[in-house]
Amino acid sequence: MELIYGHPKSLKPIQTKYCPGCGHGVIHRLITEVIDELGMQQKSVILNPVGCSIWASIYFDFDSVQVPHGRTPAGATGVKRMLPDHLVICYQGDGDLAAIGTAEAVHAANRGEKFTTIFVNNAIYGMTGGQMAPTTLVGQKATTAPYGRDPVEAGMGYPIRVLEMFATLEGTRYLARGAVNNAANTRKTKQYIKKAFEAQLRGEGSTMVEILSQCPTNWAMDPVESVEWVESDMIPFYKLGEIKDELQGSAVKEAAK
Amino acid sequence: MADEKRLMKGNEAMGEAAVRAGCDAYFGYPITPQNELTAYMAKHMLDHKRVFIQAESEVSAINMVYGAAATGARSMTSSSSPGISLKQEGISYACGADVPIVVINVARSGPGLGGISPAQGDYFQSTRGGGHGDYFHIVLAPKSVQEAADLTFEAFDLADEWRMPAMVLADGMIGQMMEGVVLPQPKDPATRVAKPWASGNRPAGRPVNHVDSTHLVPEEFEQANIARYKRYDEMKKTLVRYEEQHVEDADLILAAYGTSARVCLGAMQMARKLGLKVGLFRPITLWPFPEKRLGELAGKRFLTVEMSMGQMVEDVRLHTRGKSEVSFYGRCGGMIPTEEDVLAEIRRILKK
Repeated sequence: MELIYGHPKSLKPIQTKYCPGCGHGVIHRLITEVIDELGMQQKSVILNPVGCSIWASIYFDFDSVQVPHGRTPAGATGVKRMLPDHLVICYQGDGDLAAIGTAEAVHAANRGEKFTTIFVNNAIYGMTGGQMAPTTLVGQKATTAPYGRDPVEAGMGYPIRVLEMFATLEGTRYLARGAVNNAANTRKTKQYIKKAFEAQLRGEGSTMVEILSQCPTNWAMDPVESVEWVESDMIPFYKLGEIKDELQGSAVKEAAK
Repeated sequence: MADEKRLMKGNEAMGEAAVRAGCDAYFGYPITPQNELTAYMAKHMLDHKRVFIQAESEVSAINMVYGAAATGARSMTSSSSPGISLKQEGISYACGADVPIVVINVARSGPGLGGISPAQGDYFQSTRGGGHGDYFHIVLAPKSVQEAADLTFEAFDLADEWRMPAMVLADGMIGQMMEGVVLPQPKDPATRVAKPWASGNRPAGRPVNHVDSTHLVPEEFEQANIARYKRYDEMKKTLVRYEEQHVEDADLILAAYGTSARVCLGAMQMARKLGLKVGLFRPITLWPFPEKRLGELAGKRFLTVEMSMGQMVEDVRLHTRGKSEVSFYGRCGGMIPTEEDVLAEIRRILKK
């Protein structure tokens, strides 16, 4: 009998430390399913960020390099330049990418570095305990925004739409935003990841998939409320879909239609 | 066949030595007085079809170095004092993850933005870890363009052998000065040490490699640090290097490194002509520091000369264990002591 669905080979069969309802586990699974489908387990390297997903290295059954907070794209640049035939994944949270590591992320994208960034946006700092992130929505509460994010009076700034900003950079080739709050969005997100990984392996330039993810613990919600909040509050601000697709591979497919 | 002697600027000689050592990737950010080194690498790394990136910052550059080295490549950066401060985060991570990298500091005067003239105020930063946490790394101090090239070449082997950053601590004088230099023959890549710990190219059956400085279990982390310090003890036995002249009969030993040691050599020769028994002790490895040899010389009188307000002098005092009278003469802010200045200090101390 043929096994048509099982545990990904690239994901170790161990229980994660993530909280109930957290999106990281699902995202890990999507990444490893695609790696298995592409047959890249022996030739993949992930750059783990500082944040909850620092644990990723114990769950993934492929090599990793851990770098300082926010320097993930710089480390990924070094890895990918030395291993151009590898699938290099730069896994970043919103604090890592859009706050402390903004310079590294922008310039790696602008150089057209040929790795794929998986940008997990849960609108909060998870590991440090619920501080305001650059992607925290206006009015959303955080330990460092106890009355809600107030862009004007308290000078807390506005949530950053990373992909729309990166779309202006010529080095970026593929930018897509998915979510893991329901089955349909999760399946779509997997397609984005696969498209980005395939583009990377063709050497097409900078690719990034932003994934809206739940953090029930720091949102002070139960898991069901949290997936609903992604739908009701996050998705209206962070629109899902392919923000930029300038892949040669896509153009070929379009022409064939 | 050995190369002919060439006239080269220190910055360019260090660049060429790195190319010949088999540097696979260079990442840098502009800062004076090391800019010729970055420009040299831009041209020659690209000519050799190797990796060169002008990064968006020193912080980014050191993390590119770390990423490239994590795959087993020979990878380096160069900068000058304020830029080296920014790289300390990455250096701490490289030490924590046992990743061999090469860092060249063509030092200038500080603190703060300071000036662009040569100085030796980065001794503490270089030899005490420089970033957060318990660690040391190799520090090599050249006194000439020739030695800058030789030590840069060797730094790649030492970093690989000991699995840690190797820093060449030069200064703006060494970097900017032109001198005759005979460059080492290119290193045969087949003679490099194996790096089974590196990430990437995982053969079937090998467990995953994580290049990682994270340790969230205190019991395990303590053991990892203890193991690293055992390696440090081994290095103190085998890696220490220094140069000494006329120390045995000396009434006064000049202790200095790099550019200031070069000045002291001239001062010593002038003093000897006057019949003054002066010697010279020049550490070449600032870490590991030649502490054992200084212990043997304890009891002799010392004059430490630095282009700083006095940093290495603390190590000279420490390792002569209170048995020596240790004086200090320093210039700072980008000022360089002259041989005459040092001779005057020698005569004042010896009352001759």
